[in-house]
Amino acid sequence: MEEEQNNKKNSRRQFLKKGLLAGAVAAAGGGLLQAYSETPGSGEKVKVMTTNGEIMEVDKAMLKLPRVSIEESHQGIPGKKFVMVIDLAKCKNARKCVQACQRAHHLPKSQEFMKVYLLQDSEKTSPYWFPKPCFHCDNPLCVSVCPVGATFKRSDGIVLIDNNRCIGCKFCMTGCPYSTRVFAWKHYSEYDEDKEPYSPEASSPGKEGTVSKCDFCPDLIRVGKVPYCVSACPMGVIYFGDVDEDTVTNGTETFQFSELIRDRAGYRYLEVLGTRPCVYYLPPVERQFPVDRGFNDLDESVKNRYLNTPYAKKHKL
Amino acid sequence: MENSEKTMLKEFAPQIERTGIQGYAWIAFLLAVIGLGVYAFIQQVTKGHVVTGMRDNVVWGIYIVNFIFFMGVSYAGALISGTLHLFKTAWRKPIIRMAEFITVISLLIGPGYILLCIGRLDKLHYLVLHGRIQSPITWDVIAISTDIFGCFIFLYLAILRDIANMRDFEELQLPKWRKKLYKIMSLGYTGTEEQKKRLERATDIMATMVIAIAIIVYSVLAWIFSVTLQPGWHSTIFGPYFVIAAVYSGSAVLILAMWFFRKVYHLEQYITKKHFVSVGLIMLVLAAFFGYFTFSDYLTKWYGSEKNDELLIQLLFKEFYWPFIISNYIGVLLPLIVVGIAKFRTIPNITLTAVVVIVALWLNRYLIVVPTLQSPYLPIQDSRTEWSIYSSTWVEWSLTAAGIALFCLLFTLASKFIPIVSIAGNTQEAKPEDVLV
Repeated sequence: MEEEQNNKKNSRRQFLKKGLLAGAVAAAGGGLLQAYSETPGSGEKVKVMTTNGEIMEVDKAMLKLPRVSIEESHQGIPGKKFVMVIDLAKCKNARKCVQACQRAHHLPKSQEFMKVYLLQDSEKTSPYWFPKPCFHCDNPLCVSVCPVGATFKRSDGIVLIDNNRCIGCKFCMTGCPYSTRVFAWKHYSEYDEDKEPYSPEASSPGKEGTVSKCDFCPDLIRVGKVPYCVSACPMGVIYFGDVDEDTVTNGTETFQFSELIRDRAGYRYLEVLGTRPCVYYLPPVERQFPVDRGFNDLDESVKNRYLNTPYAKKHKL
Repeated sequence: MENSEKTMLKEFAPQIERTGIQGYAWIAFLLAVIGLGVYAFIQQVTKGHVVTGMRDNVVWGIYIVNFIFFMGVSYAGALISGTLHLFKTAWRKPIIRMAEFITVISLLIGPGYILLCIGRLDKLHYLVLHGRIQSPITWDVIAISTDIFGCFIFLYLAILRDIANMRDFEELQLPKWRKKLYKIMSLGYTGTEEQKKRLERATDIMATMVIAIAIIVYSVLAWIFSVTLQPGWHSTIFGPYFVIAAVYSGSAVLILAMWFFRKVYHLEQYITKKHFVSVGLIMLVLAAFFGYFTFSDYLTKWYGSEKNDELLIQLLFKEFYWPFIISNYIGVLLPLIVVGIAKFRTIPNITLTAVVVIVALWLNRYLIVVPTLQSPYLPIQDSRTEWSIYSSTWVEWSLTAAGIALFCLLFTLASKFIPIVSIAGNTQEAKPEDVLV
């Protein structure tokens, strides 16, 4: 019994340590991003572009994440149950999470695993920015309806897709009430950037005619790091952690998950649907930014997508 | 073979022996339309599904609409011919074969459309290899394949006696291989008492089975939509609603086929106004049921409306106003008026109504599939209009046209193989008192 507790403590300490490490990596510039250019000859050092746009040299081995086989990817990481907490008070639609995720998963611009919505629940309530990954539901309809078992729920709570198995019937896309899943309507050139063998844990390289989505980056978790969106966010909006260890971290701050949810009145989106998401939201109270700030520095095409919202129309943004 | 059957066969022989210039032109036209469809399909396979109007929000478009539509049409035979057979309705004889052909032919085309929605046709066999019974798609695969199998047997039993008649009709001027084909396909049926008894019994069993299987198939199809949580789909009424809509569309297609073959093969003597009125009355009853189900479904969505139901209904009455009016008002009321009021009951009127009903039911399926996908729980926020509003492309329309053309082609070829009116047992006009009206 005592030993068990010790183990638990140890693993919590380990997770915290790893979380902090990830934080350090994030502080150093997000790390692990697109290879910029390879130094000829040596093949050991590569230049990478960080989320801040800076270029730094890192060891090539650091860039390569080990990819587990398809069979292994069906097994969850033992003893873990992952959870994400998104603090709506801090989000200003900086979109670094979207960009980091797209780069890391070799996605074209038109495919977003992480989407940022401008929501307003009703006319008189306040609008807010709403980053939305996959909720990795504990009662996932997408998994139930898949006719070939291409999408599956693991013991650590992660819902993954095996693109080699997926037949592209898109039933899961209609099954998901959160519009989380994306379809490869054609072969995008970005898929070719990834030369590694395919693994469901990396969700890359993408495959034409199949469905994919946010995967909680289990390849990063395996090496003790937090998902790309978490480390890329300059505001520390997104926390990631383990329910059993009761810990979540955004790379710089670490909280006790249950306390955070209790103190900040955390909730799950559309609880009424009964899908039991593993992603929690902290309501947008005592905000750090006015909502309008989210319209700054956006590409025209990105800005346009919010112009039809009731809020943008009312304020003639 | 009875003498009366012989006389009738003689009458139908030209239809089978010769194809006129018009007939060839018709077949060439259909082949051209199918060719365009094949070209569109090649485009879709080589360039990806990006050539269709489907995108991440509206992931299913008119392919699925066509799938539901053709599967529905296949009901014409399954339920109508099955029921008419079991009740031994006398007037069914001249039209029952058309109904059976409609069933099998549309059943061959319908599932093709679901294949067009599938991103990786190269992995289609995974449906069997890695099939999971939890998924309604697996239910569908099992149900549809059972249905195709059952309907084929039913059709075969129904045409067996006429195949034997064709074999025995020596005056028929046909190439040798065709005669041989009849011989093989007739399975040695000579019309002994024992054979007759067995055939009748088998047909009765299959008629019952086909009715049951058809109900299951269509319910399963409805459940693909209603088991999801999407606003507008998550409805308990969908199973029976789809079944009724299916038989309804089937009755309309049957009327259209009756009109068409009556005209082309001059069957005025066999297919009379009585038949149009009788099938028209079936259509009327189904229209009333269909209207009732539609009303129930939308009333409950509208009266105690959740936010997303409200958004959906707004969308239906704004962007989809005319399709909604045609499918759910005109498509219900027109048969009630035209067939319901005796003085409107003419063959052209009933046929025209059937055409309107077919269009209305196609639109009804469109209104079930597309608006729901355009109004998900999380509002669509996309600057690209084609990603938020579905608009089908030439590829999808070409393949839709190709499906209709293939339906017509197979029907035409079937009528060249065997008389389109059942000859065995159809040697005398049904007595007036046998008729429903």
